[in-house]
Amino acid sequence: MLSIRVSLVATLVATPIAVAMAWLLARRDFWGKSVLDAVVHLPLVLPPVVTGYLLLLTFGRRGAVGQWLAEFGIVFAFRWTGAALACGVMAFPLLVRPIRLSIEAVDQRLEQAAATLGAAPWRVFFSITLPLALPGVVAGMMLGFAKAIGEFGATITFVSNIPGETQTISAAIYTLTQTPEGDAAAMRLVVVSIIISTVALVASEVLARRAGRRLHGL
Amino acid sequence: MTMLRIDIEKQLGGFALRAAFESDARVIGLFGPSGSGKTTLVNMIAGLLNPDRGIVAIDDDRLDDSEAGICVPTHLRRIGYVFQDARLFPHLSVMQNLDYGRRMNRLARDAAEETRIVDLLDIGHLLARRTGKLSGGERQRIALGRALLSRPRLLLLDEPLGALDEARKAEILPYLVRLRDEAAVPMVYVSHDAEEMRQVATDVALFARGRIAAFGDAGILTQAGARQV
Repeated sequence: MLSIRVSLVATLVATPIAVAMAWLLARRDFWGKSVLDAVVHLPLVLPPVVTGYLLLLTFGRRGAVGQWLAEFGIVFAFRWTGAALACGVMAFPLLVRPIRLSIEAVDQRLEQAAATLGAAPWRVFFSITLPLALPGVVAGMMLGFAKAIGEFGATITFVSNIPGETQTISAAIYTLTQTPEGDAAAMRLVVVSIIISTVALVASEVLARRAGRRLHGL
Repeated sequence: MTMLRIDIEKQLGGFALRAAFESDARVIGLFGPSGSGKTTLVNMIAGLLNPDRGIVAIDDDRLDDSEAGICVPTHLRRIGYVFQDARLFPHLSVMQNLDYGRRMNRLARDAAEETRIVDLLDIGHLLARRTGKLSGGERQRIALGRALLSRPRLLLLDEPLGALDEARKAEILPYLVRLRDEAAVPMVYVSHDAEEMRQVATDVALFARGRIAAFGDAGILTQAGARQV
């Protein structure tokens, strides 16, 4: 199903970037940090339509980045990849937040201990910080995925509502509610979306609990 | 014998630390009340803290030299560190904790050495356990084993018995003495307990308010101990 593919791709691609960003915001001090922090959170507070329009301006066929990427055969405009991009951008702040909090919660004394045992900074990150922050990463992915599934405004503005290409479940439900006799079909999709969200929620809860137990050394 | 050379200055807020000594003792004790600068110095030797000025060197290898602009990062120093609070990695098993330093330094597995240290510390029965339900004494022995198995050229122990009650202290102390006599790795041992120091250290630096008040063999503890009591 298109929505799941779009949301999964959006979440999976956005996660490593979000982890890097979260680490940067949690552990580093640099000039312009508060500005970066604000930019990361922008999609959360901007009207989705504005975000979608900005994406259209930059990644559209005539947008600066869109034109450049098109030379490599990468096109976002009116493709499902564009829907994934829109979902990823909208979900990004929701991914970064819990990951950042859980990285901040990792005891830096453990990271020091790892360094005295010969671990270079990047190995400290992958062997200590990231595993200990895992519950937050799972929570962030879950939130991001849920946001991506429900994303509507930015997607429809950026890549429109093309059945089979960019019509996600939210857009499809919206279309059906505008169609006479569409209620039954809309209802089916509503049930589907409730199932997807519930499964994702339960799965992340189970994963986070399992990870949490490990973290306490039990 | 490994020669440790220290000559550093560090300003931390209102606290100024100045320390200079040279020693090739098997166990150099840093003795003094809390807040006298012992832990600050140990953190500097480990590279967790950088001196404002001065030199930290092991034999001819300069780890810090402010004039030459040398400051070797912690993970390249090959200096083991046993913290007061053990700091075992909670997401790893005891065995994985012990093996961590070897993996990070990309050392070959040395089963004989592993067995020797596991036996020395009597932790063989704990290897498969997770770290959550270990006693304080067990945690500290594993922290000791973990540091030793990373094959350091110097081992720092910052009040390794500080968080333990008297019974546990008496449990660990013999292991430390055994370590001094059997392992080939020199140690820097921090404590504010004169009795403990007398049992473990061979050279002692007496700290008082960020200065080294006296440096010599364990004998100087007697005078200091008398003064303190």
